[in-house]
Amino acid sequence: MEQLLSTEYIVSILLSGISLGGQLALIAIGYTMVYGILRLINFAHGDVFMVAGLLGIYISAALPMYIAIPIVIALTIGLGFFIERAAYKPLRSAPRMSVMISAIGVSYLLQNTATYVTGGQPMTYPAINALTKTINICGASTKLVVIITPVLVLVLIALLTTLINHTKIGMAMRAVSKDFETSRLMGIKINNVISMTFVIGSALAVVGSILYFTTYPAITPTAGAMPGLKSFVAAVFGGIGSIPGAVIGAFLIGICETIIKGLPSSWNVSVFSDAFTFALLIVILTCKPTGLFGEKATDKV
Amino acid sequence: MLQKNEKRAGTLRAMLAIMVLLLFVIVLENISSWIPGMPAIFSPTSQLFTVLKKGAVYSLVAVSMNLLNGFTGLFSLGQAGFMLLGAYTYAILTVPMAAKDQVYYLYGGSAVKFSLVDAFQSLFGTAGFGGAVSMICAVLVGIVCAGLVAALFAALIGTPVLRLKSDYLAIATLGFAEILRAIFQWQTLGPITNGANMLKSFPTFADFNIKNAAGQVVLRLSTFVPFLLSILCITVIVLLIHSSYGRAFKAIRDDEVAAEAMGISLFKHKMLSFVISSFFSGVGGALFAMYVSNAQAKAFTSTMTYEILLIVVIGGIGSISGSVIGTFLYVACSEWWLRFLDAETYIGSFKVPLLRSGFRMVVFSVVIMIIVLFFSQGIMGEKELTWAGIGGLLKKLKPKKKAASAGKEG
Amino acid sequence: MDEKMVLRMEHVTMQFGGVVAVNDLSLDVPEGKIVALIGPNGAGKTTAFNCITGVYQPTNGRVEFMGKTMICSHPTGKMKKNYLGKDAETYANQKIVDPAPDHVVELGIARTFQNIRLWKSMTVFENVLVAKHMRAKQNVFSATFRTNAKEEARMREETMELLKEQGLDQYCDEIATSLPYGLQRRLEIARALATEPKLLLLDEPAAGMNPQETLELAQYIQEIRDTHHLTVFLIEHHMDLVMKISDYIYVIDFGSEIARGVPKEVQHNKRVIEAYLGVAEDE
Repeated sequence: MEQLLSTEYIVSILLSGISLGGQLALIAIGYTMVYGILRLINFAHGDVFMVAGLLGIYISAALPMYIAIPIVIALTIGLGFFIERAAYKPLRSAPRMSVMISAIGVSYLLQNTATYVTGGQPMTYPAINALTKTINICGASTKLVVIITPVLVLVLIALLTTLINHTKIGMAMRAVSKDFETSRLMGIKINNVISMTFVIGSALAVVGSILYFTTYPAITPTAGAMPGLKSFVAAVFGGIGSIPGAVIGAFLIGICETIIKGLPSSWNVSVFSDAFTFALLIVILTCKPTGLFGEKATDKV
Repeated sequence: MLQKNEKRAGTLRAMLAIMVLLLFVIVLENISSWIPGMPAIFSPTSQLFTVLKKGAVYSLVAVSMNLLNGFTGLFSLGQAGFMLLGAYTYAILTVPMAAKDQVYYLYGGSAVKFSLVDAFQSLFGTAGFGGAVSMICAVLVGIVCAGLVAALFAALIGTPVLRLKSDYLAIATLGFAEILRAIFQWQTLGPITNGANMLKSFPTFADFNIKNAAGQVVLRLSTFVPFLLSILCITVIVLLIHSSYGRAFKAIRDDEVAAEAMGISLFKHKMLSFVISSFFSGVGGALFAMYVSNAQAKAFTSTMTYEILLIVVIGGIGSISGSVIGTFLYVACSEWWLRFLDAETYIGSFKVPLLRSGFRMVVFSVVIMIIVLFFSQGIMGEKELTWAGIGGLLKKLKPKKKAASAGKEG
Repeated sequence: MDEKMVLRMEHVTMQFGGVVAVNDLSLDVPEGKIVALIGPNGAGKTTAFNCITGVYQPTNGRVEFMGKTMICSHPTGKMKKNYLGKDAETYANQKIVDPAPDHVVELGIARTFQNIRLWKSMTVFENVLVAKHMRAKQNVFSATFRTNAKEEARMREETMELLKEQGLDQYCDEIATSLPYGLQRRLEIARALATEPKLLLLDEPAAGMNPQETLELAQYIQEIRDTHHLTVFLIEHHMDLVMKISDYIYVIDFGSEIARGVPKEVQHNKRVIEAYLGVAEDE
């Protein structure tokens, strides 16, 4: 118990919680933006995140890191763009359930392809010196990535918010997420806006994957599924469609999860670190279905 | 009156077809021991029987998912969770007392000091006919309990969750399944659930093979039993769908507002559909545990739910026969027909590219994507397999053959 | 006043955010009569219907059906501060009664929709048969295992009778949405009748019909009122229809009542003419 209450321990738990939260936030933005515009839970987003990790491993094995990272970003953006064009665009007028099934199909395909390519072996992410160096804060030793993550997340979100609030494409995005049909009638090129959403989401997922997989030991083909679902829960928690909501939700879930994992092992509760997220989801959906910052929509009869 | 007679004739024909199918399954399974020298495919350990058993189990789960997703329009992704409940309920209740210490050795025995198998054995005896009766009773009661526990949990979770709209419902039920998976792996519940370890030694399909005194198998029924149980359950679901309640479900799927305005209570009927679907998923879970001879929380992941959902889509959302056909095709492809894609193959000294472990699933998921994108109706759409339909198909095929032969002659 | 009131709305107000869609609406619908609610587009007519049928919970007011309180509401929570309507005090201490739409149907109010809402995967016959579900004496077990086949047979028989009566029996095996528009409207009414209502709410039954069809509809509405012992409350734009069949008319604009009376009175009411034609600038 004493060990639990020591400053070092609390600080280290909080730090890694914030860092995990930041990583989830980067994925959650991808979910919340896509949902805001297409009303689609993009089940494949978590797997895009996993693929980004694998690409990072394969490409950095051949090339130095500073060249590898831009290539990975470009490839993942391409993948996100391609998935949207191939699997979601043809179903634009189909029922929402079909699009979601298509997303599940894509997720299945990405996981199986990853299993095939890696042979099902867990892959280890290369050490990036700038991120994995150990430092000391308040007596708690931690990796540099833990400090860099929240800072990077905040910078990226500031950039994204500027993009959405002060550029033409950002305005189009806001319009489409408010009213899809009317925006189309007003001459907004819907497909460009949707592609842009997927491009941004994928790019953030790459950054998230680098930060996430340098802290976690290995990438398996299903490694993206759980962080993906958690990020989605974060997005729902904050009110789906709202970027600040998703970020706050992600930090909250990240911190809670590390706290649960950090509880004494004799309590045997670490198995609930994933389940907690979903319990939170069910509670929030029952009490406030629109999330913290979500807007209420009413159906016309 | 005429319509009534026709209906009765249809029911009779359907029952006859089911009887013939079940007989056929028995014959198929035993033919290798009756007639020596049959091809290897008929040996009881061949992939054919894996496919048949797994297909029978998955059919039931797919149909139960279709009841919810296809007929009531509720997009739920909790199937794996309810299967888990069913599998564990069945396993916990039927592990024989004698085997408990060994199964639960990490926890120093089980906290459940009761087993259906022993309970019925004390009633009917352990050997011979009495033993068979007690085994059948234990399995049946276990399966019904499995369904009931799943249904109970569905009723509990349904109250908050069923008020949610389509995709929120999907993610909430998915989350519920994940929570269940965590609870069943919890060390503290170990004396009941065996923690993260598997439960085993309970009665499985193989225990239904009839043996003589020397312990030799006289009549194999290990494929027949899942078929029988699955057909029974699917029949009940079909009856439900064709009843007044089934029509109310479809009304909700087509237009909730109109359904409500015609006096159909949305909550009551959604709950009914959810609970019934979960009951049969629970039964399906128990059958799954019998099929794989163990119950382990690790197996019931969301991937399993996705798999079943994809089966339903392949078969046609809103078609029972489609779900069954879809299941057998899916299982046959993944367990049997596409196996060659996983094996490294040489033609002469030329190594066929791409073929190695895992390629099967890649091809398979590409095929699924093609179906989802270009054949979104699936195999059957919303139609059902009917006698008239089969007749029509045969008729369609016949003239083609004639035309083809005519072409040859000319 | 020995007339029995089937429906009575008292001070019903429906406010969405800052918009008052229905404002302090009070009206009576006497038994066996045809009463119309008219008004320009966006006047709040359908919203008023939705308040009666339980689709919306009114912000304030009371609805009485067959002499019993069916709906009662007063502003709560945030709405307490933002409420723009009147009479909040009248109901402040009364218990809130907010039935679900299916409960309202069970009490005996059936409706049709402005934009036809038939079940698209079902045949004409099934559309009516499903509406019989609510009053069927059965439970899920007796229905599934066919232990009460008589009930199902009765439902089917009555459905067929109803379709024959409405002249729809020849289409009974066709998919409902494949029928011509006029027949779809008629099917919607038949479906509503299958729930055995005492009060029938018709939301713009003549929308999209030509004058000949409208004329037939007028006759048809009077017919079903007599054969099914109904009271009819309808929303309509076609003045010909309204003036021809209504026993009494309420006119609303911007959510509030502007006139009421028998057709003759309403026809010559200055405010009604203004609401429909607009006020001239120089007046």
